[in-house]
Amino acid sequence: MIRKYPRKYGGHTSRVEGRLYSASMVLFVFLYHAMPLYADNSSALPQVAFIDSQIEAAWADANIEPVEQATDLEWCRRVYLDLIGRIPAVDEVLQYKNDSSRNKQSVLIDRLLGAEYSYEYAKHWSNVWTTILVGRDTDNRMIDRDGMRKYLQSAWESNIPYDQFVEELLTATGDNATREESTLFNGATNFLSGKLADGGLQATAKTAQIFLGLQVQCTQCHNHPFNSGVKQNQFWELNAFFRQTRALRRFDGGRRVAWIELVDEDFAGQGGDPNEAEIFYELRNGLVKVAYPVFVDGTEISRSGLLPGVLDDGTPYGVNRRRELATLIRSNPLFPKAVVNRVWAYFLGYGFTAPIDDFGAHNPPTHPALLDGLSQRFAEYSYDLKSLMRWIVLSRPYSLSSRMKARSTTDAPDSGEQPHFSRFYVRQMQPEQLYDSLLVATEADHSEAAGRQDRWLSQFVTAFGTDEGDSSTTFNGTIPQILMLFNGDLIQAATSLDQDGFLDQVVAANQTNRDKINALYVAALARWPSSSELRYANHVLLARKGQVKEALQDVWWALLNSNEFILNH
Amino acid sequence: MDKKSYRSETCVQRSRRHFLSHLGGLAALSTPFTSFTNSLLANAEELKKQHKSAILLWMGGGPSTMDIWDLKPGQATGGPFQQISTSVDGIAISEHMPMTAKQMHHLAIVRSMSTREADHQRGRYYMHTGFVPNPNVEHPGYGSLIAHELATAVPSLEIPPFVSVGGGSVGPGFLGTTWAPFVVSSQGDVKNLESSVSQERLVSRLQMLAAIENRFIQERRGQLPEDHREVVGKSVQLMSSSQLAAFQVSEEPASVQERYGETDFGRGCLMARRLVEVGVPFVEVNLGGWDNHSNIFGTLADQRLPNLDRAMSALIADLADRGILDTTAVIWMGEFGRTPTINGNGGRDHWARSWSAVVGGAGFNRGVVVGETSADGREVASEPYSSQDLMTSVLKALDISLETTFRAKNGRPMKIANGGQVIPGLFS
Repeated sequence: MIRKYPRKYGGHTSRVEGRLYSASMVLFVFLYHAMPLYADNSSALPQVAFIDSQIEAAWADANIEPVEQATDLEWCRRVYLDLIGRIPAVDEVLQYKNDSSRNKQSVLIDRLLGAEYSYEYAKHWSNVWTTILVGRDTDNRMIDRDGMRKYLQSAWESNIPYDQFVEELLTATGDNATREESTLFNGATNFLSGKLADGGLQATAKTAQIFLGLQVQCTQCHNHPFNSGVKQNQFWELNAFFRQTRALRRFDGGRRVAWIELVDEDFAGQGGDPNEAEIFYELRNGLVKVAYPVFVDGTEISRSGLLPGVLDDGTPYGVNRRRELATLIRSNPLFPKAVVNRVWAYFLGYGFTAPIDDFGAHNPPTHPALLDGLSQRFAEYSYDLKSLMRWIVLSRPYSLSSRMKARSTTDAPDSGEQPHFSRFYVRQMQPEQLYDSLLVATEADHSEAAGRQDRWLSQFVTAFGTDEGDSSTTFNGTIPQILMLFNGDLIQAATSLDQDGFLDQVVAANQTNRDKINALYVAALARWPSSSELRYANHVLLARKGQVKEALQDVWWALLNSNEFILNH
Repeated sequence: MDKKSYRSETCVQRSRRHFLSHLGGLAALSTPFTSFTNSLLANAEELKKQHKSAILLWMGGGPSTMDIWDLKPGQATGGPFQQISTSVDGIAISEHMPMTAKQMHHLAIVRSMSTREADHQRGRYYMHTGFVPNPNVEHPGYGSLIAHELATAVPSLEIPPFVSVGGGSVGPGFLGTTWAPFVVSSQGDVKNLESSVSQERLVSRLQMLAAIENRFIQERRGQLPEDHREVVGKSVQLMSSSQLAAFQVSEEPASVQERYGETDFGRGCLMARRLVEVGVPFVEVNLGGWDNHSNIFGTLADQRLPNLDRAMSALIADLADRGILDTTAVIWMGEFGRTPTINGNGGRDHWARSWSAVVGGAGFNRGVVVGETSADGREVASEPYSSQDLMTSVLKALDISLETTFRAKNGRPMKIANGGQVIPGLFS
């Protein structure tokens, strides 16, 4: 029997329509062995070889033996989670398992990064980048999260080069939210629309932090306490680049802000001369100093606060400070390094620096040659993020098991040691990954999935009560999260026996109970149950006295609540 | 979900016994289940006298302590507020803290705090942990640390030992997720407590879950899988606990609720008292809104201080009346103070060099002021004290050994409270 369960995201019908939980599975159930993965390096990309050689050399220096490779299906679950933000469905697990080609890893990566999964890939990375660019706080009226996502979705679906992406964020003008009658929508404006208060302090700090890996926020008031490379004047000189930018509150008749329009306007300067448009800032001792736009590397641009124009006699004047800033950032050597370090940390669990966005002599990277070399190759490859991801997920450190050889290990970044990447570090799924992974197992209506996801996430976000509007998420394995997975609405939907839901299909399939339990294991954990786990599952069947539906529901609930499900390993 | 998060005591008692009778095969889900049984035997009244607790009133944003605890009337930096006398001769505080002034004999002001972290995030971390942020190690904050040290004295405790009302605290660092703050809103609604299936089925679900969890842990994949199992155990315990009633501030008489104030902070302080009474070793109550870069005096006089004054004074008075102030340390602080200089927007900016914190209860001296600042408030004019010193003093007031060291997994020893010095004036 073949049953379909189509899934829709926000009106878009995804390519996974027609995912099968089919009789074909039964076949593989009996063929399964936990086979180690033998990577086929014969066709390895030179960039992958570069990563491997750098990491292996560092292992040799530190006298560290890497663990064995992850199993085929562990690796498969990992790349689905990391590249498209959800676990693989049953047929996807089986398809990979059944692929006998020598380069099956590359084949899977190409599929996940290709047209087939383009929508899901973009959806996942727009979640990741929404959090990076505007945080998880859903209360900020100056930000339209849907607008941000719309922009990111289309940018990532078209695989925009990273340097162009950043330029679009930094120079965006227009409306931050969609409106029916307007053509001014530009969702990229949401990066800056909520960061321009107090002369753009947040815009300055976040731009430096996210795109250059420079922590400048404390230099607003004084020189950096331990990064001698960052001085107070540099903060304000960088801040001066944002002074032509204004976030205009637009109203729809009512008193509530309906949307924000981000515009560039002439900046007259705080001294009143637009040709020398300066800003003032105060030193600790009360002295007031002047700042003009100067980039962190010392490059000065025109001091004019006027936007570009042409005099009657044809003489051009003025400058667009944000455009100049975008150009300077794109050509700075820290620019590719900041994103390479971020992407590496995303896939491997730790970056080359901790925190990942704090470069400087005070915080040297653990693998400097690898960071430099990978950044250079990324820049040479037209800032193509998919290529960067392909190199990393095909590399040896990414393919290692998360199982340690002994109970303790010298490669223990969680206790403050530098990471050697000699094993795969187990980590929590991001909340968005968990949400989408649970959706794989439910047949609920997924329209407005993004809005619902925000509401679901908001229960884990707490604000700190400062003017900077910073917040933290408590989604990290604490009691409220466990209770949510035990008893919350989402888990009730995922374990419901509603007709045509995943569980209903398993129950209705013409199979033995054992095969049905196998199916649940593959769906949740991408593996088959151990013999002792099968015994426990049989206990559950006995306890339900032949009510197979309820028994399978109980096993399914346990699987979705397990450490193995919620952790990326 | 709309289900009530609290059920009546008798109903819970009955269902717990029923539940327990099914838990025989579940020992595999680790230790919390053993304390489960113990709790049935514990006597709440006995307990109240034995355990020690601490309540941190956290003023997120950095409060202007020279407008609250250490006024400089007549100085250019002093602002418009006047001083009033308190229940202790010779100690004067802000005119906008009249009710707390009457409780001054229970409190001690440290007017010589001097720190170096004037960024919100760094200051919050430093004041909570006694350590400056370090990329290589995450230190536990007050709540996790004190819960870790004191929780074993309360074996009957079924709710988490570190409750954060309103969030915004610092996490457990190297102590691990099991010591993370349990964050609740001031309404005390703990979500998702009700299982959708019978207890009989819940028990078989948990047995199945234990089989999967244990297998994964045995594969040696590090700390996270083990932490998960432990938190699962604690969550199960919480689901059936009668102690959940402590979160229900609405159970208090209306007159009591009114005394604390019908605000989030007021309810939070009242909840803190109720939690301490059932044995919770550490409660943090968050009051934000102190980052007053502009219009500071209006904001303080009209909003922040009346709210603070009402709730804090009610809490101190209540703890004293109930005889539990002697075993409960209260700490009032934010991440730093604010600039003596009043800026062009009528506000004060971040200032860590000279500011005040307040403590009370437990083993602290009462009705004293420790240290002083210069006439204009810009300098500490006596021995300056750090976050480490304050934390060390809090630990001493709770009889926690200052010799305690932690050993990170890499073997590096770390002294509790970063080896700070006891602030002598806080003890006799």
